Amino acid sequence: MVENEESVLAEPEYELLHSRSEVFYDRFERKSELKHQTHYCPGCGHGIAHKLVAEALEDLGLQDRTIFVSPVGCSVFAYYYFDLGNVQVAHGRAPAAATGVKRACPDKIVIAYQGDGDLAAIGTAEIIHAANRGEHIAVFFVNNAIYGMTGGQMAPTTLVGQTSTTSPWGRRPVNEGFPLHMSELLATLEAPAYIERVALSDNKHIMGARRAVRRALELQREGAGFTFVEILSPCPTIWNMQPVEARRWVAEKMIATFPLNVFRDRKPTIPEGKNPPQRSVAEVLGLEEAGGKITLAAQAVARPQHHLKKLSIKIAGFGGQGVLLLGQLLAEMGMREGLEVSWLPSYGPEMRSGSAHCHVCLAQERIGSPLISHPDVLIAMNELSLRKFAPQVAEDGLIFYNREQLPDNFAAPQARVFCLPATEIADHLGAGKVANVVLLGALLEETECLASETAVAVLETKVRNPQLLELDRQALAAGRQFVDKEAHNDAISQSDGFAY
Amino acid sequence: MRQLSKGNVAVIRGAILAGCQAYYGYPITPASEIAEAAALYLPQVGGTFLQAESEVAAINMVYGAASAGQRVMTASSGPGLSLMQEGISYLAGAELPCVIVDVVRGGPGLGNIAPEQSDYFAMVKGGGHGNYRNLVLAPASVQEMADFTVLAFELADRYRNPAVVLTDGFVGQMMEPLELELKTVEEPEKPWAVKGTPETRPNLVTSIFLEPDDLEAHQRKLEAKYKRAAQLEARYETYMAEDAEVLLVGYGIVSRVLRTAVEQARQQGLRVGLFRPITLWPFPSKALAEAGARCAALLDVELSNGQMLEDVRLAVNGKVPVEFYNRVGGNVPSAEEIHDELLSRLAALA
Repeated sequence: MVENEESVLAEPEYELLHSRSEVFYDRFERKSELKHQTHYCPGCGHGIAHKLVAEALEDLGLQDRTIFVSPVGCSVFAYYYFDLGNVQVAHGRAPAAATGVKRACPDKIVIAYQGDGDLAAIGTAEIIHAANRGEHIAVFFVNNAIYGMTGGQMAPTTLVGQTSTTSPWGRRPVNEGFPLHMSELLATLEAPAYIERVALSDNKHIMGARRAVRRALELQREGAGFTFVEILSPCPTIWNMQPVEARRWVAEKMIATFPLNVFRDRKPTIPEGKNPPQRSVAEVLGLEEAGGKITLAAQAVARPQHHLKKLSIKIAGFGGQGVLLLGQLLAEMGMREGLEVSWLPSYGPEMRSGSAHCHVCLAQERIGSPLISHPDVLIAMNELSLRKFAPQVAEDGLIFYNREQLPDNFAAPQARVFCLPATEIADHLGAGKVANVVLLGALLEETECLASETAVAVLETKVRNPQLLELDRQALAAGRQFVDKEAHNDAISQSDGFAY
Repeated sequence: MRQLSKGNVAVIRGAILAGCQAYYGYPITPASEIAEAAALYLPQVGGTFLQAESEVAAINMVYGAASAGQRVMTASSGPGLSLMQEGISYLAGAELPCVIVDVVRGGPGLGNIAPEQSDYFAMVKGGGHGNYRNLVLAPASVQEMADFTVLAFELADRYRNPAVVLTDGFVGQMMEPLELELKTVEEPEKPWAVKGTPETRPNLVTSIFLEPDDLEAHQRKLEAKYKRAAQLEARYETYMAEDAEVLLVGYGIVSRVLRTAVEQARQQGLRVGLFRPITLWPFPSKALAEAGARCAALLDVELSNGQMLEDVRLAVNGKVPVEFYNRVGGNVPSAEEIHDELLSRLAALA
């Protein structure tokens, strides 16, 4: 009795005027034994919405260029129907994932297909920001005022008074707020190119929806920007209605709450702004290719054997005194002289009005902990730092203090203390902010840990402003001279900590 | 050849060397310099940088870009990573390669912005839902921030899985010399990617397998992949471990403090060594068991409440006593502190 199914279908006894879109698969694989099976309920709007999208893609010749992003919800299985490149994503995140896809494939058509729970509840942030960025994606938003797949819970678009399993006495705005009007909300944004709300309530409205879906995809093909079609859609099973009754409910109740309208249809004017320069990887990374070998620009010749074995320096002061910068200068200098270096800052917003400090390690060998508990040198740019960190300095260490003399009631540490009014010297030169470079000069002159020529070379590459560079040179020289003079006067403090 | 670079910036330098094409992220201290460097450098080499509206969106943008076959990354710190966990589970489930950098700060909750290692469980053991693994690399220097980012891209592609660079605020914020070498990026073919072409039209990126048998088969495939990675990718480093009586165990910034502590101990004639896991998953259990078997005791040091400790104990499987010392809240122990701790533990053992 039963004939071979294939042969029956191969020779239809009727003339086919319309058939399944090429964009659909022949079979719904999840129920592969039944050729015409679908997982959507009788009267569900998804079937129609899918068909409108598929037919538009076919007619516009976009099948091979389209990537379809399916959501969580009843349409989670959209990829079983659409013969397209498919990406299935997390609940509510389709606009974000579609953003990643589109930016990777800018000349392709990217569709995000979402339900109301997905788009208007959990994914509210993602849809608003994708729309606001004017992402070049088409979003089809199927609004049936209910959570379908999870079994009928309240949606953000559930109507006032509409019952659901989580609003058993009907949606009460006093408790759950009002239905969310996503199209109107998105229409307040500058970037979207096209926003329309349509309904699958009857054939006339379905034809309107068909036109809107096509428009949204045509605009994608033209590269117009963000396009959004909200599709009011029946959900007979969860609404507990017959399909015809459900369609009527869309027409009478849903449209009354969510008026149909073209909220936006214009190509947005989006200023391009300043385009980043295009450079090679080598250029961007500061590497230059020279004769097949990569060298660093402005690289000083490394000394094979440095006289300095190991030195740890802690620099502390107020935020804004150039504490961190001084540390970076020292690290850069050490590196240029062929040493191993590390620079470890104190970091964070609370440091801005308080103390900032950093640790610099210079060594011939690989540096272990970049954190210094007993520095060889402390550069204290204010009294607070001196009092706080002086006790940590190694016994045979050295402290540079940014004042003419030590503060009163200061318990002298065992380390040698060198006082110099770096800020005053810098002020005298014309800019208090170069006090850190004055201290650098003093450090170099006193300890000879690194060469002052290296300091000048580093400053030349780091300081772009020629006036400031000149100030820095003067500051460096002033710091060195101060040490020279004081040394001549035998004025370096004694180990009892008092400076004369 | 060397340039002074911040750890966080080195991540992006490494990423560019590795041919990273896109970065999606959200600012957070102490990881923000990674996003800033990505914003500055990636577009100059034709890449994409986008600051997302949240970490949730960022990781899903990563998911989208990875679906299309791009080398893509994100970075954040603890609270941001908590928000990304859902997406990381999806990435692992859908077998999408990507690189995720976690510059760990103090927690739980808002905690603080100082360094901790308290995201070990979250990144090494999973953190998101379901049966999956992250490949986790733990750099301890600025150079490794770049090198391990490159390696993370390679491992992510090799195993079609998220690879995590797990570091902390100190390594992210510190500056050290960085030496980079241009190399040809060897990116594997990604025939599974969805690119909007006729060839890739049949492709599907998904993590949903509704039938129990299908999901079981999918998970068996993942398990086999993880088993392979566990056999091939465990990495570690030792220092003076051969004749050590006490083996210090620590990763990331702690391993550097421990290295100095080892040097100090050796100067006093104490036979102390260091075992530093470089991959936290796969954990170098076999190597640690072998190194540990020669010792009287292990001292595991962490900036957490003992999260790696579980893996250390599993590795030696009760054969060697494992002592534990930690600092949390953003405090990092000094080498001297470790040394004192070591002496007091040794006294107790004697």
